[in-house]
Amino acid sequence: MSTLEIKDLHVSIETEQGTKDILKGVSLTINSGEIHAIMGPNGSGKSTLASTIAGHPRYEVTNGEILLDGEDVLEMGPDERAQAGLFLAMQYPVEVPGVSMTNFLRTAKTAIDGEAPKLRTWAKEVREAMEKLRIDADFANRNVNEGFSGGEKKRVEILQLELFKPKFAVLDETDSGLDIDALRVVSEGVNRAHDDNDMGTLLITHYTRILNYIKPDYVHVFVDGKVAEQGGPDLADELEANGYDRFLAAAAA
Amino acid sequence: MTETPEKVAGVEVGERRISIPGFTEEGENLAAATNAADRHSHGGLGESAKELMSGSGSRGNRHIGFDLTGFPEPTGREEEWRFTPLKKLAGVLSDLPTANAGTDREPVDYQVTEGLEGVVVSTLRDGEAPRGAVLQPADRAAVVAYKNVEQALHIKVTEGTEVAEPIRVDITGKQAGSRANSHVVLEAEPNSKAVFVIEHRGSADFNGNVEITVGEGATVDVISLQRWNNDAVHVGQHDAEVGKDATYKHVAVTLGGEVVRVNSNFRYAAEGAEAEMYGLYFADAGQHIEHRTFVDHNAPRNTSNVLYKGALQGKTARTVWIGDVLIRKEAEGTDSYEKNQNLVLTDGARADSVPNLEIETGLIEGAGHASSTGRFDDNHLFYLMSRGIPEDIARQLVVRGFLHEILQKIEVPAIQESLAEDLERELQIHGN
Repeated sequence: MSTLEIKDLHVSIETEQGTKDILKGVSLTINSGEIHAIMGPNGSGKSTLASTIAGHPRYEVTNGEILLDGEDVLEMGPDERAQAGLFLAMQYPVEVPGVSMTNFLRTAKTAIDGEAPKLRTWAKEVREAMEKLRIDADFANRNVNEGFSGGEKKRVEILQLELFKPKFAVLDETDSGLDIDALRVVSEGVNRAHDDNDMGTLLITHYTRILNYIKPDYVHVFVDGKVAEQGGPDLADELEANGYDRFLAAAAA
Repeated sequence: MTETPEKVAGVEVGERRISIPGFTEEGENLAAATNAADRHSHGGLGESAKELMSGSGSRGNRHIGFDLTGFPEPTGREEEWRFTPLKKLAGVLSDLPTANAGTDREPVDYQVTEGLEGVVVSTLRDGEAPRGAVLQPADRAAVVAYKNVEQALHIKVTEGTEVAEPIRVDITGKQAGSRANSHVVLEAEPNSKAVFVIEHRGSADFNGNVEITVGEGATVDVISLQRWNNDAVHVGQHDAEVGKDATYKHVAVTLGGEVVRVNSNFRYAAEGAEAEMYGLYFADAGQHIEHRTFVDHNAPRNTSNVLYKGALQGKTARTVWIGDVLIRKEAEGTDSYEKNQNLVLTDGARADSVPNLEIETGLIEGAGHASSTGRFDDNHLFYLMSRGIPEDIARQLVVRGFLHEILQKIEVPAIQESLAEDLERELQIHGN
């Protein structure tokens, strides 16, 4: 049983117009096996939270803390966070020219586990995970994300999620740009990782559509860098019916 | 690495560095004034007609010819020489024959793959077709090499022949500072398929032309490897004409040599062809490595792609890439792209990168160009690190990946591996 705690998190970024505050005091606690959905309008800070948890250098934490089983995550580099059991499925996965998927997956797995995976079982594990996500076997020989479609990139993010077996995963708009079949395949992958590894999940999304496949235990509504409301799955249904208007009106008042 | 020129050690690099009339960041107004002094005759259409079309500074109007008097000794102010250390090229630009020609003390040794079925190896005198059918000397270096080679090496792949193994031309310099002229004619007859590998090693003052005829429906790869010792000088012009529905790929890899300048060009004989040029270079302190590419879309409905990538390390490392693409009025339906990326690994190195695109018709599928020079991409690094990969290993992967993208274009595993080992040695010099 692990716990990821986010306490009063304030984050800013440097822009050409100067420093901009994005997160203005976010607190969340996620336990193993729990699925938390974070919903909210564009620009409310959802993706900033995701990137900050992963340690992207662009985001500066000005106050608050992130703890993984009591350990200070903000003191760790992005690589150490992944080694400690955090995983970010990116909204826009990066293409890395000249680095093959096979090499990348093996290198990352070795870094996360602290030892090289056993050659024979690893190859089989990768192949089976790819099959389940309906990723063509040929992708293993291609360069990381290079020339992949938007949907293929998202599947490959979930492939990594299944292979690396993190304690906590942050899914940053994994559903955007997916057609209905791809959405189902990707959701099944997340649910497998959840069931098999007792993974805690922070699911960031605009839309309630993915929540038909991945059932959240808790829903948090993000508005203007803060959690405006939280509740159970019912809250998502209400958002689906009424949109974010009442939260936006409250924030503007 | 962003897709814009950046500063290296506080100095602007790329085309912004030097201001030339008619020469914008986009490089599309090259026609204006750069070659205003050009008064020579030109191939193809008459000069006056061409000037009406695009002005005398157009890449298509650059002087070409087989007469030495058309190419005076360059001063360094000419567009085609302004980046080049001319003093070091005195030995290859002078009108001199190969040293000790015809004796066993010739400065360069040639080894050619022989005995392949459907492959004919012979020699050609000046005037003996197809010598000079494709290559059009476009600078003084090319014309002095052309006229000082009595017997050009001719390798012909006969119609319909598919050659499974690479056809190698190994050119080995035996004496630094000793002049050698070379002319190689590669001919792929219709529907043939071949990979030619020209590998340069050793030391010499080498001036070598290569011309390639890609017949209708043929598939030809030309891999030119510059793996010279660090006291070698090499200038060369590689010209290809790509036939109807043919596929052509030229790959230039330059790792060794004190000064290397290779100009790789192609044009089309008809429609429906796909042609590519790839380049990889790695410059250390004291090296000047220059590549110039010219894609001449002189016929409709052809595709071209150019990608050159370089790495630089050490204080005086210097690289130049000039990429010209000309889409002529008649080249409707053209699809063209060119890109140069330079990875600066240490302070003090300098990379010049100039993509030039001239478009004389709007009826095209696409035409793009891009150039970037800088440190490696932080987004690549973050992606790998967010998967648990430590920074030093992530850096190694990103740098090697950057360079290996070009090696992957060489479909000869033994050459790929051997070049990867050389790159590894280069990278370890500065602990990358």
